[in-house]
Amino acid sequence: MNAPNGHALSVRGLRAVRGTVEVLRGVDVDVARGETCALMGLSGAGKTTILRSVAALQSFSAGTIGVGGFELHPGPVPPESRLREFRRKLGLVFQSHALFEHLTVLDNVTLAPMHVLGWPRSRADEAAMKLLGSLGIAERARAYPREISGGQAQRAAIARALAMDPLVLLMDEPTSALDPARRGALGETLRALAAEGRGLLISTHDLDFVRGFADRVVILADGLVMETGTPKEILDNPRHPATRALISNS
Amino acid sequence: MRRDECPACRRVLPLRAVRIKMFATRKRDELNAFSVRLAVAAALCAACTSGPGTSRTPSPPLRWGGDAEGGAPFVEADPADPSRVRGFDVEIAELIAKGLHREPQFVQVAWASIQQSVERGDFDIGLSGVEERPDLAAQHALTLPYYEFQEVLAVRPSDTARFRKLGDLAGHRVATLGSTIAYGLLLDEQKRSGLIPVSYDDDVHPYSDLVAGRVDGVLLDNIIADRSLRRTGGFVIQRDPIAPAFYVGVMARANSALRDSVNRILLDGMRDGSVERIMRKWNVWTDAQAMYVNGLLTARTTDSTAGTLPAQGAARATVASYIPSLLRAAVITLLLSCVAMALAVAMGLLIAAGRVYGPLALRVVLAAYVEVIRGTPVLLQLFVLYYGLSSVVRLPAMLAAILGLGLNYAAYESEIYRAALEAIPPVQLEAARTLGLSEMQILRLVRGPQALRLALAPMTNDFVALLKDSSLVSVITVVELTKQTAIYATNIGSWVVPGILCSFVYLAFSLPLSRFARRLERRWSMS
Repeated sequence: MNAPNGHALSVRGLRAVRGTVEVLRGVDVDVARGETCALMGLSGAGKTTILRSVAALQSFSAGTIGVGGFELHPGPVPPESRLREFRRKLGLVFQSHALFEHLTVLDNVTLAPMHVLGWPRSRADEAAMKLLGSLGIAERARAYPREISGGQAQRAAIARALAMDPLVLLMDEPTSALDPARRGALGETLRALAAEGRGLLISTHDLDFVRGFADRVVILADGLVMETGTPKEILDNPRHPATRALISNS
Repeated sequence: MRRDECPACRRVLPLRAVRIKMFATRKRDELNAFSVRLAVAAALCAACTSGPGTSRTPSPPLRWGGDAEGGAPFVEADPADPSRVRGFDVEIAELIAKGLHREPQFVQVAWASIQQSVERGDFDIGLSGVEERPDLAAQHALTLPYYEFQEVLAVRPSDTARFRKLGDLAGHRVATLGSTIAYGLLLDEQKRSGLIPVSYDDDVHPYSDLVAGRVDGVLLDNIIADRSLRRTGGFVIQRDPIAPAFYVGVMARANSALRDSVNRILLDGMRDGSVERIMRKWNVWTDAQAMYVNGLLTARTTDSTAGTLPAQGAARATVASYIPSLLRAAVITLLLSCVAMALAVAMGLLIAAGRVYGPLALRVVLAAYVEVIRGTPVLLQLFVLYYGLSSVVRLPAMLAAILGLGLNYAAYESEIYRAALEAIPPVQLEAARTLGLSEMQILRLVRGPQALRLALAPMTNDFVALLKDSSLVSVITVVELTKQTAIYATNIGSWVVPGILCSFVYLAFSLPLSRFARRLERRWSMS
């Protein structure tokens, strides 16, 4: 499922307009299989817009987005019927987790395998329990989202996204509601996911998390990529004013 | 109850008042004997009262109650001056007032409420085609009958030969006004032959439904039958009447002095031809009426022993005797409400889904449906569905009631569901999309179930409201709980016990529902 250029995710010349404002002005981002890439920037830099465009939740005006051989093009978001293959290649974990409140954790995770892949409940349950076990929340499988902690909800959301075994996993501000201990546990989880050959693109403000667990960091400002490199290269020796501003504000 | 033409536009006006019920029949000679005794009693009492002209203080007006909705020839708004009324009952009231040296003053009152209103003192005497019945005489002071009419059977022309009397209509539907002598006759016949009585709230639709084939016969007063025949036609009135009956004035039970004076005046009016002139003027003078008046005047000279009202044979119905019929009506109310609500929920979901997901044209059509339904009375919708469409489709009454209530409430339900669907956070839908669910799956598996939880409380409120609105379907002949209670209340002359029983049944339905909804709400409450 590699992209033609060898990347799990390839974003080229991405431009997006919201109202009269061009929030992305030609962004290039590649994520290789097994790589964890962090998108960083001050609020309004365009991080979330990139994630939403890559997840085909909003349109973009120019550029291309390639995920495992499937390409999105500028214009309106295609109908879901034409995105079926694409959806199976990509998972998204929302900042708010967006778990389905009327379903248990287990049912949240089995929903897509059962209704998109057509798995029988027993198979979906077995796979979901294995996934939840690997994320350390199997004991909360029967709980409803309102009954679990923020950290558990996040792992449940990750499990739900992973249930379709995507090539690329997008995460929006995954550490915003976590204490340091939970942050470390999440980092280890993501590292393991990347080790399985997935590409991870993570939007975050968390410098420590990026330093500890990202393979590469992309600095965004005013809808453009300002610099990119390993966390050590970029965060320990910031060259661009946007990176320095980001570090000083953290 | 009758109906007639609007004085302004000359269109037929429906009457919704309910006529007093009559569950016992009487033979003509019995009624005549009763009337004769009343007349003699009145004459004797009259001898003891002061003659005209002895009053030294201005007399108060004679307030008389009637229902102008009843129409001609009883009481109707005068086309020349709609603020005034005319009709033979109006002129009978004027005759009585003149005899009492008082000015007549008309008080509009719903026909079904005449007895209760006169008893509570809203007016002195009720005159509006009130049928004489033993149980009515037991509860109020009645004048002697001033008019004899006939209960006549109307059938379609093709059935003239085979449906000559009630016994010929075994297994067939026969219409009449609810709570009238005619209705009592039909109930008696139902026990004998299996005839099916159908109760209406007005006196026009029984005939239109006869012509349309919804019923196979109509039993009503000859005056009403003749009027309907002239107005709409399409049926025949069987020559042989089914039973005679009488119109009387009704007064408060304690007002026997006024009753005696009125009886004296009516007898004088019969003797000097005033009553005949009134009836002839309104074209309702018949041979039967002439025989009745002659018999009454003759008897007055030969029977001088009867001085008081005869003891009435009609026993007051006990509460227990009405419980089975109330329970049956309660089952109808519950069944009707449940099926109508199920229809409303299903239709409401479809309409809401169409308005949220459908193309513009569909959204416009559905929005128009919702606004039209919500902007017009459910009563009107029931009339249109049952009567207005009868030339296209003849819906059975129960089906029309379910459809009417269901389609009406569907409009309200759809707005609840639409609001609930739109209240689901967009991020929930986006999360579902990223998992690869189709829009239909998202509606079925994510958005719909969450919206249902939001809609539960207003849905429950609507169901309780529908339970109560189901009482409106009595206008299309369905006898449900409230209608049955009204019949019960009229029979016993009080709303206290029937009202309490009826309220208890409604509460027994609605309170558990509310508790169930609150429990589900708590269980489904989302953080």
